Amino acid sequence: MTTMTYTARDSATMLRRNLKHLIRYPSLTVTIIVMPVVFLLLFVYVFGGTMGAGLPGGPAGGGGGGRADYLHYITPTILVMTVASVANSTAILVAKDATEGIIDRFRTMPISRSAPLNGHVLAALAQTVLGVLVVLAIALALGYRGGASVAGWAGAAGMIVLMGWTVTWLCVALGLASGSVEAASNAPMPLILLPFLSSGFVPTDSMPRGLAWVAEHQPFTPIIDTLRACLDGRDPGSDAWWAIGWCVVVTAVCFWWAVRLFGRVGKG
Amino acid sequence: MNLQPTAIEVMGIAKSYDDHQVLRGIDLTVPIGTVYALLGPNGAGKTTMIRILSTLITADDGQARVAGFDVATRPDDVRRSIGVTGQFSAIDELLTGRENLRLMADLAHLPAREAGARVDELLARFDLTDAADRRAATYSGGMKRRLDLAMTLVSRPRVIFLDEPTSGLDPRSRRDLWQIVRELLTDGVTIFLTTQYLEEADHLAHTVGLLDGGRLVATGTPAELKALAGGETLDDVFLALTGHAATTDDREEQETTR
Repeated sequence: MTTMTYTARDSATMLRRNLKHLIRYPSLTVTIIVMPVVFLLLFVYVFGGTMGAGLPGGPAGGGGGGRADYLHYITPTILVMTVASVANSTAILVAKDATEGIIDRFRTMPISRSAPLNGHVLAALAQTVLGVLVVLAIALALGYRGGASVAGWAGAAGMIVLMGWTVTWLCVALGLASGSVEAASNAPMPLILLPFLSSGFVPTDSMPRGLAWVAEHQPFTPIIDTLRACLDGRDPGSDAWWAIGWCVVVTAVCFWWAVRLFGRVGKG
Repeated sequence: MNLQPTAIEVMGIAKSYDDHQVLRGIDLTVPIGTVYALLGPNGAGKTTMIRILSTLITADDGQARVAGFDVATRPDDVRRSIGVTGQFSAIDELLTGRENLRLMADLAHLPAREAGARVDELLARFDLTDAADRRAATYSGGMKRRLDLAMTLVSRPRVIFLDEPTSGLDPRSRRDLWQIVRELLTDGVTIFLTTQYLEEADHLAHTVGLLDGGRLVATGTPAELKALAGGETLDDVFLALTGHAATTDDREEQETTR
């Protein structure tokens, strides 16, 4: 039991350290949030008119749609990209720790092996919540209207936190594995690209058959579809189970991988 | 019943990376309350020795006990007894000096009141009180090294490892650090340090081990070693015993530390 208590206490100490970094360097958080906001504006105002017209019976009803329908279609995707954007920066912060002497100091102290990593993950989750709220507020200002009930909002929040948890652990492991800050900034690239190869920006059945198969079977599609259904006040059905399943499996693997890497960062 | 209880006991420690044998069977003993200096050129295996004794890596062969605990089987007990200041700065530059020390106090699970007092005490002792609330990134090299050492001391370790504590410091900062090491001894701690400066070993150590090519080629007090080689300085000793000067190129050490 004391082990659990110490893990919690050490993780809280590490979280305070990471939050101090974030508060002291707000430009980092701003950069993270700017990326999805730029995507949102670009896709709604540059591509939105044409893309909306191509939606099969826009969510607002009727055949085809316009810019407003496209805003409605991609808002969940942009929220997911916000989560990925935060995780990407976590990989860099973890790699920075690992390449500096401080991680060796932590490793020679009688503290929980996962505490320094938990600190990064919890700080990233705080940043995720902040980022998602900012992006959602901008989407609402642009005219986005969900149709979610309280349960729908709760489901959407749960999906975002669960996905944030997953991609952050993935990025913690990538940050430790990459060996340098430069490599760590590139390693999570698939997290930024995969949403494009999903149901995030266009319906998968508009893609060529092979690509559509990939899009339908990669984790971002059930995650985005679940989020979209929750925000629209619909039942996500089996998408939710696929999304949760992906998150649980990837988190478990990455947690194990990250703690193992942390045990031997440097060498040996 | 031990006349000289030991803080560190090393028996036959060996370590290789790929085909390169970094340590080829090291035996040494460090009595409690003394300073042991592992002296050798870059690439001799000094950092590897410290990394093994401080539980960062495991040896391929041999046994090592620190503060009475086997480093391989009881690493957490070893970690509770030691403090390590590595060759590379192990401070958080985004935090202030005070916050860095407080981080260590919290991780050492000191009660809040005691933690605050301990932090203030160390800031004063290491002449960092005026800079306490500035980010560590703004500190000079000497201040960073002092903060690094202060962080190591927060948990009151009984055995302290210092890996090349004064490399890269100007002469004045170096002398300040020597003074700090001497003061630590009065608290009864044991210090294991590595250095490539013969003068440093001469000044600080009770026992000097000369490490060359992964082997201890000589061990003794600075005076004993000088007598052994009939030289005036440890430089002469090193040359007499190894056939080369103590400072060689750094390529190998880079390989063994990164």
